[in-house]
Amino acid sequence: MLEVRNLSKTFGGVKAVQDVSFTVRAGTIHAVIGPNGAGKTTLFNLITGIYTPTSGEILFDDASAGGESPDRLARRGMSRTFQNLQVCMNMSAIENVMVGAHLRLGTSLLAGLFRLPGLAKADAECRDEAARLMEFVGVGRYRDAHASQMSYGALKRLEIARALAAKPKLLLLDEPAAGLNHTETAEIEALIRKVADSGVTVVLVEHDMKLVMNLSDHILVLDYGRKLAEGSAAEIRENPDVIAAYLGASA
Amino acid sequence: MLSELLQFLFSGLTVGAMYALAAVGFSLIYSASGVINFAQGEFIMLGGMSAALLVQAGVPLPLAIALAVLVAAAAGLIVEKLAIEPAGNSEVVTLVIITIGASLTLRGLAEVFLGKGNHALPAFSGEDPLVIFGATLMPQSLWVMGVTLVVVLALGLFFGRTTLGKGVLATSCNKLAAQLVGINTRFILLLAFGLSAALGAVGGILVAPMTYTSYDVGIMMGLKGFVAAALGGLGSGFGAIVGGLLLGIVEAMTAGYISSAYKDAMPFVLILLILFFLPQGLFGKKATDRV
Amino acid sequence: MTMKPTTRGFLFLAFVLAVLPLALTNGYYYDLAIRMAINATIAVGLNLLIGYTGQISLGHAGFFGIGAYASAILTSRYGLPSGLALIIGAVATAGLAFAVARPILKLKGHYLAMATLGLGIILSMVVVNETDLTGGPDGMPVDAFSLFGMQIVGEQAWYVVVVLILLLVTRAALNLIDAPAGRALQAIHGAEIAARVAGVDTTSFKVRVFVLSAVVASVMGSVTAHYVGFLTPGVAGFFHSIELVTMVVLGGMASVFGSILGAVVLTLLPQLLSAFEGWETVVFGLILMLTMIFLPRGILPTLRLKFAGRAA
Repeated sequence: MLEVRNLSKTFGGVKAVQDVSFTVRAGTIHAVIGPNGAGKTTLFNLITGIYTPTSGEILFDDASAGGESPDRLARRGMSRTFQNLQVCMNMSAIENVMVGAHLRLGTSLLAGLFRLPGLAKADAECRDEAARLMEFVGVGRYRDAHASQMSYGALKRLEIARALAAKPKLLLLDEPAAGLNHTETAEIEALIRKVADSGVTVVLVEHDMKLVMNLSDHILVLDYGRKLAEGSAAEIRENPDVIAAYLGASA
Repeated sequence: MLSELLQFLFSGLTVGAMYALAAVGFSLIYSASGVINFAQGEFIMLGGMSAALLVQAGVPLPLAIALAVLVAAAAGLIVEKLAIEPAGNSEVVTLVIITIGASLTLRGLAEVFLGKGNHALPAFSGEDPLVIFGATLMPQSLWVMGVTLVVVLALGLFFGRTTLGKGVLATSCNKLAAQLVGINTRFILLLAFGLSAALGAVGGILVAPMTYTSYDVGIMMGLKGFVAAALGGLGSGFGAIVGGLLLGIVEAMTAGYISSAYKDAMPFVLILLILFFLPQGLFGKKATDRV
Repeated sequence: MTMKPTTRGFLFLAFVLAVLPLALTNGYYYDLAIRMAINATIAVGLNLLIGYTGQISLGHAGFFGIGAYASAILTSRYGLPSGLALIIGAVATAGLAFAVARPILKLKGHYLAMATLGLGIILSMVVVNETDLTGGPDGMPVDAFSLFGMQIVGEQAWYVVVVLILLLVTRAALNLIDAPAGRALQAIHGAEIAARVAGVDTTSFKVRVFVLSAVVASVMGSVTAHYVGFLTPGVAGFFHSIELVTMVVLGGMASVFGSILGAVVLTLLPQLLSAFEGWETVVFGLILMLTMIFLPRGILPTLRLKFAGRAA
């Protein structure tokens, strides 16, 4: 599904990501963990086309994806959420989700200006589906709300609904549980499981180890922009390098 | 040939020096607040007009100049206190309209109290031109360039050596962090407006003996100052000075060699070309989106 | 199915415009209403760019000027039919807007303001300096608008024409906002990165909405030229651009009806201010500042919040 080969990114003189390689198989949940500043979000930004790699290759569905623009990657079936929310506060909740379905609807300005019949019908269906997705991620009660009226936790779920509205093959979640309490984290965990079971391949960055260990088929550990370790949850838990990185060198 | 080129260069540098002063004002306010102050041109007008009228009223030139700078600085402080501070963190468009409103108000007041007529200031040290390689240089041009140089050096010292100057730099870098280390960012903002109004006025006074001044000269001068600031990269003091001088020279060369009708259009052609190829201006910082 | 609020608003607008002539008891009032409708149409188009997509333009009077002078020059100097001249003006505007949009709309915030401002000023200087074609600062007369041998003559006929255009543009704008393309535009304003990740080709959308708003301004420029019958370079100038932006912001960003209200207020204001002999500029400036400070969202959205707050 996704293959990253010797990927590097430097900002000025700072090496944010260095020579990272890994593979995500279709139908799995893959986690990227590491201390703050390890380059996790930069890695996500590289994969989703927000940054252009300094060197290295990214293959998505066996075709090159490095340096391609986010909207073209979306067209190829990639979607994501953001660590610091990127919700359109100038729109209603359901419209935010409908933006996610952008590519499946007519995007012509003229068609929009004159409300061509085909478009109006597709749009009404899109609205229904967006409502279903909001129900699916657990924010159904905000159906008629404005995005600015929603709580932080609800907005995180709304982002997931928006990402799902694109019907992605690969979904990248950047810290889906950050800022949530225990109950909410457990709910998000269940939600990610549901999403994965529906056939979407998931890659997530997360600090909550319980969630990561419970969900992940495969874990990649980054430290100072480099790959520190890779393996199953059990393997990572036992890995001395990982323990050292997390607890300090003396441990 | 050479004398002609030199002639255009002299006039370009003279006008450019004034643009540079205006552009430094834009940059200063932009650094301290993220606001582009469209009223900047009115400070230039206020400086030139007040000085000219005071001299006409019999006030000695040096005193008239000092008073005119004070008038403009006071206007700057008032604009900041009454229009910018209450607006807080509004959107760019809103702030643009507020400063345009301020600009209209200042111009309107000048129209009511200072009149619609054209005014000129006497040259500071006579009208006898110097001749250099066949090109003439008015003594006033030397005043313009000299004072600009002094002002630029003084600003350099202010930002490099004084705590207050460093406070301005810190505020422009990160307002919240500056507040947390105890910098009074409100005062910094007020200072930025007062200082850039004074800078604008100095520019306006210096060129008043060479060009007529009237209540409505502020718009064009302000817009060109904005061009100069954007040319150098908003928020870059060095960029503002280079941008101003460059603009003056390009304008003078256009007027001399191409078409005097389109000399006023040249700055805008130049800025469009620069922005097409260097979206952050010549010396602006490249920003990266963080998500 | 209950009626959407926008549909209700649209019908209300149509009703007001239909009964308004009862109150227009003389030519002066008609003239004012026609100017309001023309400005409102431009403001609605411009709001799609500024209010909905979040891209500022300080140069739209330049596009208005292209339309106006294309109509004036092509009909009076080259004898082209006025309908054709209007279309040529619109196509030229679209071409120019399209050509400059890509590099310009890459810019953000103040740099975008600078670039659009520069473009507008260059266009207005061309109008001032090409005196052989435009008459320069002295201006030039424009023939009446005629289509298939019929001329639009008199205020009442013009009122019908501009009101129909206003209703058409308003309806189209309301449609767009509620369509996928319109949501994409709003998403660009709300969270551009998220829009891109959702597959929105943001550059293409910005370019298209820029061209659209420019064409609306150009067509209304042509209409104005024929209606007024005389053009001066001021129509393409910096101040006209500022007036247009102010209508949008004053009325309410991202509010179609707000733009109409903003256009009405800003067209009326100079008439009311003529009572302040000599102080017009001061009062106008003060009103701009005060409204923006105390009603930063614009008039209509602020009123709506007030009423919503009372109802809750």
